[in-house]
Order: sequence, then C-alpha cells, then structure tokens
Amino acid sequence: MASRRPGHSVHAFFNSPSVKPVALLVVLVVLWDVSVRLFKVPPYLIPAPWDVLMAFRTEGVMLLQEAVPTTIATVSGFALSALIGIPLAMMIAGSKTVESYLYPLLVFSQSIPKVAIAPLFVVWFGFGMVPKVISAFLLGVFPVVVAGVQGFKSVESDMRDLARSMKASRLQTFAMVSLPHAMPAIFAGLKVSVTLAVVGAVVGEFVGANSGLGFVLQRSIGNFELPTMFAALIMLALIGVILFWIVDVVERLCVPWHASQRQDVFATA
Amino acid sequence: MAANTLRVVSRDEAPDARRRLIEIRGLGKTYRTRDGDVPSLKPIDLDIREGEFISVVGPSGCGKSTLLKLVAGLIPATEGEILIDGTRVTEPPDDVGIVFQSPVLLAWRTVLRNVMMPVEVRRLDRATHLARARELLATAGLSDFENKYPWQLSGGMQQRTAICRALVHDPKIVLMDEPFGALDAMTREHMNLELQRIHFATRKTILLITHSIPEAIFLGDRVVVMTDRPGSIAAIYDVPLPRPRTLEMMGTPVFAELAQQVRAHFYARGQID
Repeated sequence: MASRRPGHSVHAFFNSPSVKPVALLVVLVVLWDVSVRLFKVPPYLIPAPWDVLMAFRTEGVMLLQEAVPTTIATVSGFALSALIGIPLAMMIAGSKTVESYLYPLLVFSQSIPKVAIAPLFVVWFGFGMVPKVISAFLLGVFPVVVAGVQGFKSVESDMRDLARSMKASRLQTFAMVSLPHAMPAIFAGLKVSVTLAVVGAVVGEFVGANSGLGFVLQRSIGNFELPTMFAALIMLALIGVILFWIVDVVERLCVPWHASQRQDVFATA
Repeated sequence: MAANTLRVVSRDEAPDARRRLIEIRGLGKTYRTRDGDVPSLKPIDLDIREGEFISVVGPSGCGKSTLLKLVAGLIPATEGEILIDGTRVTEPPDDVGIVFQSPVLLAWRTVLRNVMMPVEVRRLDRATHLARARELLATAGLSDFENKYPWQLSGGMQQRTAICRALVHDPKIVLMDEPFGALDAMTREHMNLELQRIHFATRKTILLITHSIPEAIFLGDRVVVMTDRPGSIAAIYDVPLPRPRTLEMMGTPVFAELAQQVRAHFYARGQID
C-alpha cells in the first residue's frame, strides 16, 4: 500500500464506476471515427464525430433552446404518468372488479402504436405543448401501472394477517404496509417511464410542433444536416440520462432500506 | 386410538383452578373452493386456562394454522364458536398478539418502530408503550439494535423482534404459528429457552403451533396432538416435567416416553413431516 506505483493508480482510475461508462463511450466514438474513415462512409449517411462536435459549436445555443420545450413536455408527461399511474395501480391491485374491467383495456390500449394516433392529438388539441405532453404521458404511464400493481399485490399474506390482527383500517394498512412495500417496484416503473416519456415527447414533436428537439430532428433530416441531427440525438439522450439519474437519486432518498440500495452489509451475531 | 388421554398435571399451582380464558366449542372449518368444499378442521373442543402454555403438534396440512387463524379472528368459523374471556370471537380480539413463521417485519422501519407498530395502529399511548417496547427489547437482548433495520439482523433476532411486537400492547394471549420453523436447530433451542423465560416472566397464555415434537413437549403445559386432514384432536397430553425446564430434561426417560407417545400417533398413520 505504501508504494503507489503509477501503473496501479491508472488501473484504479479506470476501474472507478464513474469513469467506466465514459471510457466505453470514448472507445465507441473512436471506433465510429475509425470506421467512417476506413470504410469511407459518405457524410450524408453517417457524419464523423468531429462534424457532430462542430455542429454543437455552431448550433449549440439553438439546440439548448429547443431542448427546453422537449424537457418540459417530458417532465410534464412523466409527472402525469406518476400522478395518474400510481393511484390507478392502487385501484387495480385493491379491487378485483376494477382489475377485471380496467386492466385488459389498459393492455389493449398499449398495443396501439402512439406514433399512429399522435396526429389525432394535434387535431384535437392543436399545435404546441398539449399533444406532446399527452404523447409522453401515454408512453410513460403503462410501466408505472404495471410495476405499481405488481408492488401493491406482492404484500405477503402473513403481513396482511398481521395488519388485520391489529384491526388496522384500510387506510392504515395502505399507509403503513402496502404503499411502502410497493415503493421499490413503483420506482422501477418510474425509471422505465421517464425514459419512455422522452420518446413520447419526441413523437409528439414529430407530428405537431414547431419547436423542440423532435422538430429539430425532422428538420435536419429533411435538409440532410446529419451532424445537427446527431447532435440533437445526443441532446435527447442526455435529457433521458439526467432525468433517469434524478429519479434514481429520489429513489435513494425514498427507499434507502431496499435491498438494491444497501451499501454496507451489517454483520450480526 | 384417538382416546383422549388426560392425566393430572404435577404443577405447584393446580392449573384446573385457574380461569378458563379460551373456550373452543365444536369449532370446525371448511374452505369453499372451486373444486368443492375442503374440510380443514373437524369440530374440535378445547379449553385453555389463563397463563397456560398449550402446544399444538401435527403433520403439515392438519389444520393447525387454521385453528390459530380462527382463534385470532382472522377467518370465520364454519361451525362452532370460540369464546375469549366469555366473549365470542367474531373479529380480531384486542387481547391477542400473533407471531408468524416468518418475522414479517416492515423493512422500512427500525427494530424499535417495528415493535411500536401495534401501538400506532391501535392508537395507544405512545410514551408508556415506548418505554415498554424498550424494556421488551432489552429483555430480548436487542437494546443495541433498536435503531437497526430488520435486514441488519440475524433470523433469530428478527423473530425475537416479532415476539416483542406481539407483546408490546400487553395482550393476555399470544398465538404463535410455527415461530421458530425457519430457524436453525441451535438458534431454535435458544429461542425455546427464551420463550419459556418470557412465559414465566409475563404469565401470558400461549398457544404454540409447531411441527416439532420435542419443542411442543419442552414448552407446553399440555400438548395437543392433531391428526391429518381434516384436522381433529387425536389426544391431549399433560407434560409432567417441572418448570423451569432445562435442555437436559430432553434426555430424561419421562421426556422420551412422552415424545414416543406423541410420535406414535403419526407413525400409526404411516406419516410424519
């Protein structure tokens, strides 16, 4: 331990969890650059990494501005997914009747491609924010409901008996047992939901918007500005990653007790 | 074969003089399923006196757990009735604490807050019960762990927490459904001694469901032997061992003879598990 050889610390640096994905990304970008050069891929098919970087330089401000409406639509759609999806999951898990009526319809509705019906929202709600939010919500809500139902239903029968033996009211059982028990599953659903909400927002922007990264994507494809399009894609991915990370942090704060969050294993006699 | 063998117990305080706390009268349970009615418990009669420790032993699926759930008021009886303190059980009674096979602790609550759960649900006075919870945890050797989470505890410690939780509102009756079934043999013996000490100190009336014959005899004032499905009482044995009982008593001829008698009920039917 005393003699820290340079080779050792380099090794440690590349093994740190924050460096690993970045290192892989660098390798991928290098591969991308090498293959574009090696196979002489024309820039209107795949732009070189350097061109994309240049696109960020020249159009970075525009991309950031366009990212704002996309982010707002994503976050609003995601918030709606959570606000509607969690109570919906509660109702489905809590009542066999609601489940038998609602759940099959919900699954059925999920099989309808959102891209196909997104133009309808433009017809109904006009250009702008509303169709985007609805599209993001429709994509984001399903995983929340499925995960929530799973979470609420997975309370052991002994646990229910325990609550009943204490004459706990339905509200007490829900607040003290079911809801905390379902939280890890709900968060798993929210994580899937937040990334899908980004997709939903972009779908909304594809069909009916004059702002947002989805709109930029479509316009740049139309004009063969592939570096700009790639830059917009990277921006979208970043939005997804950051929102996912925020949900992850909130999860850590809300369910620190769950197995997936335990960092130090406490040994006992 | 199913003749009820009742012998007089050699205990200091004649148990027959004690008040009947739980009276089970013609209690039967039939589960209605899609494939028809499944009888789980044939009508049984059993009286449990205040402060008595009753062990119920029987093969898997003999309706032992059904009996416990009926006494706990968690499921309705198909026939017959249970009286606790003269009151018919129609809903979970207040004077009962339950320990299940798994500790069923709330993973998001610390040990102390788990023990306090019944107090919160029943809206009892927090301050007095907090002191009581701490006291119970201290006697269970868990004082240093009251702010730990269940996953930081060993299986035996988790089950001891569950026992503290069952005792926190000071119920007269404690119902235990194979509470040590998931523990290893050594922890189990330790827990048996612990439970005997708790019974001695608190004078609770305890109904213990178990599939371990030695455990049933070691802990019980009386051992109720149940037959296979549909469950019924094959015999009730008084345990003539003095208290406090020690693990060494498990090697005595009295213990061995009684264990053999109980075991004979299952072997006669060609099964035990």
